[in-house]
Amino acid sequence: MQDNLKSSSYQRLEQKSKYTNMFLRWFLYFVLILFASYFIFPLYVMVVTSLKTMEEIRQGTLLSWPGGLNFDSWAVAWGGRGYGAGDTFLRPYFWNSIKMVVPAVFFSTFIGAMTGYVLTKWRFKGDSWVFLFLLFGCFIPFQAILLPMARTLGALGISNSIVGLVLVHTVYGIPFTTLFFRNYYVSVPTELVKAARIDGAGFFKIFFKILLPISAPIIVVTVIWQFTQIWNDFLFGSTFSFGEAAPIQVALNNMVLSSTSVKEYNVDMASAIIAGVPTLIVYVLAGKYFIRGLTSGAVKG
Amino acid sequence: MFKWLEKNLPKIVMAPAVGLIGWFVYGFVLWTLYISFTNSKILPKYELWGVGQYEKLWASRKWLISVDNLLVFTALFLIFCIVIGIILAIFLDQKIRAEGVLRTIYLYPMALSFIVTGTAWKWILNPTLGIQKMFIDWGFENFTFDWLVNREMAIYTIVIAGVWQSAGFVMALFLAGLRSVEDEIVKAAKIDGAGLFTVYWRILLPMMRPVFFTSFVILVHISIKSYDLIVALTQGGPGISTTMPALFMTQAAFHKSQVGLSAASAMMMFMAVAAVIIPYLYSELRRENAR
Repeated sequence: MQDNLKSSSYQRLEQKSKYTNMFLRWFLYFVLILFASYFIFPLYVMVVTSLKTMEEIRQGTLLSWPGGLNFDSWAVAWGGRGYGAGDTFLRPYFWNSIKMVVPAVFFSTFIGAMTGYVLTKWRFKGDSWVFLFLLFGCFIPFQAILLPMARTLGALGISNSIVGLVLVHTVYGIPFTTLFFRNYYVSVPTELVKAARIDGAGFFKIFFKILLPISAPIIVVTVIWQFTQIWNDFLFGSTFSFGEAAPIQVALNNMVLSSTSVKEYNVDMASAIIAGVPTLIVYVLAGKYFIRGLTSGAVKG
Repeated sequence: MFKWLEKNLPKIVMAPAVGLIGWFVYGFVLWTLYISFTNSKILPKYELWGVGQYEKLWASRKWLISVDNLLVFTALFLIFCIVIGIILAIFLDQKIRAEGVLRTIYLYPMALSFIVTGTAWKWILNPTLGIQKMFIDWGFENFTFDWLVNREMAIYTIVIAGVWQSAGFVMALFLAGLRSVEDEIVKAAKIDGAGLFTVYWRILLPMMRPVFFTSFVILVHISIKSYDLIVALTQGGPGISTTMPALFMTQAAFHKSQVGLSAASAMMMFMAVAAVIIPYLYSELRRENAR
């Protein structure tokens, strides 16, 4: 590492000759592109594999280009082969995930916004302790709550259901959404709120007239964060649901692991892309907000 | 009545969050703690049994392997993520063309689930048709790369995939840290005749102490909780050679009817996380109060 540091940094030294400078510049780009290929390599392999036939996969190598644009494995991954039992495909589970993500993101964001608002603009004695109390929820390893959660969902009659997963994701999202909104609202001048209170504006009026209109960025950050977390969750999905109520990550894992017939790597890769595409699209379209969420809600990773 | 409602409205609005977290986080952790002191098998029993489950846990070969794997994985995961993250951050900080594109490439794995990542790497690393075949077809006839099915080496495949997923994140943290340093500091050092290497090594990197700390905490946290990636990549195998605490816990709880034992393992994980997180929260709060 030290060597790399040394060489990369020399390039800005004025006294260095032009050639050394150019050489180091090239070296810099070489290293950056080398790492870029390491990061892009699995995505490339996934895409080309999904477009090959099994015959092409056996003949060629990981990197070889497919013979043509063959979307058959995508169709199989998404809609199955059309025979009944044992034909697992992603479409129903994709919708399960949508039905789970939308309400869970909405509820957790709403509760987080309200709580963050109270914690910063209606401060009371001990409010920072309440914040700490909530914040700790970001860090617990979920293994410590799996057993009682499974029993609770059973007692409520919502185990193995999407409603159950919505509840779970809403609850364990609250620490993060509260953290986001609290940290955002803390920088909004309290004078604004005080003035509105003197004018007789109430609790909700202040929220909807003053805070909500300026909350767009943090709402985007929170929604993206929650969407990514919940869409990508496997632990809760695999513990609290199976069969038809499973979200997409669980279905993907089952598809890949099912060892019924010959392994069809092209279908596996198409499935993996389908399961990953929604979050990838969000990342590409709103990377800035994604990164902001990542660095401020980073605790969970 | 109305007056009371108005006065207490903020607290009422906050009540759902506090109530839900109180019950589902603190209540549940306490329940798990209690169960870890009982002799629960298939179903929870509530008579106290002492520390028997913890004794059983630490006498279990599988648990010891899990802890061992966790230590190896955490160490390598930390080192590689931080080293790669810093190198990329510093290199990107040199007025690079197409910085935005490169940054996007380095960070996109963070948007994918560990199941997707695991599925992809499982295919790449499989000995029959993956990397091994690629090199053999290229003419390296004796090339072997069978880590995925090799008891001794399988744990490193999890490191490879884990680093691939998280290194870009460390890069983002450090890049943000480097960019937040005032230009004057760098300029002043240069006027004093410091080369760029010295500037980074003696001035900028030491200033990144909080970023190191944050990265450390987050990465350790991710690694203690790693579950999905192992399920997708090796399912703890071959044999039990890549099992880790999170996998041990779910298997004991939901496949082996060892509820008490799984609660004990969950509490060990909880304590490990707490040991890292509490000092972190403490220092963060102090920093915030000092501001």
